[in-house]
Amino acid sequence: MAATLEKARVSKEGEFVVIDAKGMHYPELNVLIEDVINQGAKKLKLINVNGQRFIADGLRGDYYIEIHGVAGDDLGAFANGPTIVVYGNVQDGAGNTMNAGKIIVHGDGTDIIGHSMRGGKVFVRGHVGYRVGIHMKEYKDQVPVLVIGGTAGDFLGEYMAGGRIIILGLQRLETYPEIVGDWLATGIHGGAIYLRDEVDEDKLGYGAKFEELTEEDLAFLRREIEEFCSYFGGDVDEIMNAKFTKVVPLSHRPFAAMYSDSKEAGH
Amino acid sequence: MCGLGGIFNRDGKRIPGNDIITMARMMRDRYDGRGGGFAGYGIYPKYAEYYALHLFFRDEEAKEATEEFLKDRVAIIKDEEVPMRNVKEIPKENIVWRYFVEVPHKFKSKKEYLAQEEDYIIDTVFTINDEIDGAFVASSGKNMGVFKATGMPDDVGRMYKIEKYKAYCWITHGRFPTNTPGWWGGAHPFNLLDWSVVHNGEISSYGTNRRYLEAHGYKCRLLTDTEVVAYLFDLLVRKQGLSIRSAAIALTPPFWKHIDKMPEPKRSIYTALRMTYAPAMLNGPFAIIVANRDTMVGLNDRIKLRPLIAAKSGDFVYIASEEAAIREVQPELEKLWAPRAGNPVIARLYDDVREEVIH
Repeated sequence: MAATLEKARVSKEGEFVVIDAKGMHYPELNVLIEDVINQGAKKLKLINVNGQRFIADGLRGDYYIEIHGVAGDDLGAFANGPTIVVYGNVQDGAGNTMNAGKIIVHGDGTDIIGHSMRGGKVFVRGHVGYRVGIHMKEYKDQVPVLVIGGTAGDFLGEYMAGGRIIILGLQRLETYPEIVGDWLATGIHGGAIYLRDEVDEDKLGYGAKFEELTEEDLAFLRREIEEFCSYFGGDVDEIMNAKFTKVVPLSHRPFAAMYSDSKEAGH
Repeated sequence: MCGLGGIFNRDGKRIPGNDIITMARMMRDRYDGRGGGFAGYGIYPKYAEYYALHLFFRDEEAKEATEEFLKDRVAIIKDEEVPMRNVKEIPKENIVWRYFVEVPHKFKSKKEYLAQEEDYIIDTVFTINDEIDGAFVASSGKNMGVFKATGMPDDVGRMYKIEKYKAYCWITHGRFPTNTPGWWGGAHPFNLLDWSVVHNGEISSYGTNRRYLEAHGYKCRLLTDTEVVAYLFDLLVRKQGLSIRSAAIALTPPFWKHIDKMPEPKRSIYTALRMTYAPAMLNGPFAIIVANRDTMVGLNDRIKLRPLIAAKSGDFVYIASEEAAIREVQPELEKLWAPRAGNPVIARLYDDVREEVIH
């Protein structure tokens, strides 16, 4: 890319380095982001973003990135530390295999948000789509958390191996007013899902069951909801004052008996 | 992959093709240049009463053979080369010609013969595709046309001068072929009469659907799974008179566990549709946009294995694989949403747009 074009796109605004992403294809934008970071920028503001993919992917370190517009697929994939705030919606796969850091979305998300997340947090103010949290996992103190203000579609937490998903249902869709879709937590074998409503047992996918919430669960929920409200507003006590449903795996090794003589089987 | 886009003006206001090209371009990461295309409705107002046949010919011989065949079957009111620019990115594989035709007198004048007239055109289309070597009908509806080729949609649009046409409904497709070959005829949209379809994904039920359609006289000759969608809409909606909503219940029915819990008479209706049209059910991962002279429909497979976004702004309705494609042409939207899997989003002329709840 011509140096003059880069100059025209980059400006300073207080402590922010501002990049105007209008009309840019994602490789150009992501190279430019890398350039300004290499030149010492810690806080970035990306304006006129519209669907550019892979923003902040694999980014390591304590950066703060504001995105104004629609963030494209796989926002913050493999990210390790940055805080990404989106004033708009995110497309598929935000937080894919993220290791650490935060993604805070002021709009809606679509499908496979938090795909294979292994650490960090994603907060979405509005609704999310299908297969959110698919393959999330955890290891020791690396426990990813997804908090959704609206509702989630089918296959929430599919094949989930760890981490926590919280669906608050504070806003509902006209066409499907339930807090979560069908085939909930199909194939789950680790982690937990909390839904702020009653949920029909029919929605449970293979390998999932309901469990009573403990005091520890409630303390955890309060902490996460406090953080949610710190970004998007809302009354923590009011949000906490509702019936929550907790979904956990039936077994941590649901298919153990399938390929061996092990007595430890799911069902 | 593949990128889908659609723009529909509910008041029938016609707009040039620039916006649909922009939508396609915004999804450039979804395709690889082995197929791009557009369908526009309302583009031939002067010839609106005639069937507009868009044809690809591999050579002059194929053209002559087709014209020989056509002259005995239909009255050709006007014919001309489809205006094209030379675009260096796309080698010109075909002669592209359009014919405005009407069906001979014996079928005309009586209104009840309309269905036969349409079947006659379908038969004409299938015979050309099937029997004339090197000839292929890209579209056959009235006051509409399909423009497609092997290339990026952007380049295909420039090649066909899409910006010079005005339509109240545009759909587009950028192709990433997975398991069928890339050729001009294999690019989307697929069309039959008024129906045009663009599709992202795979129709895993293709074998079953094809056998069912062939039993009803349709010929699947395009080396791709998508054509069955166009023919299924033609069969269910045009020939058998189902509403789009009922057709969607047949094509993407709810799971039995949900049907079993429905109150009567809903349960019986869904059961009847699902059983009657079992071989028409579409399986596999897909998102499609289907259009005809007064409707644009977006539909996903039943478990949402491909992206689809719908939006509304005044009298315009937009459907696309990605939100970014819609925002680029209309940043200010009244409403933007991801429809639930298996629910058709239906936009109609002189009517509102709605997501029909069947799931």
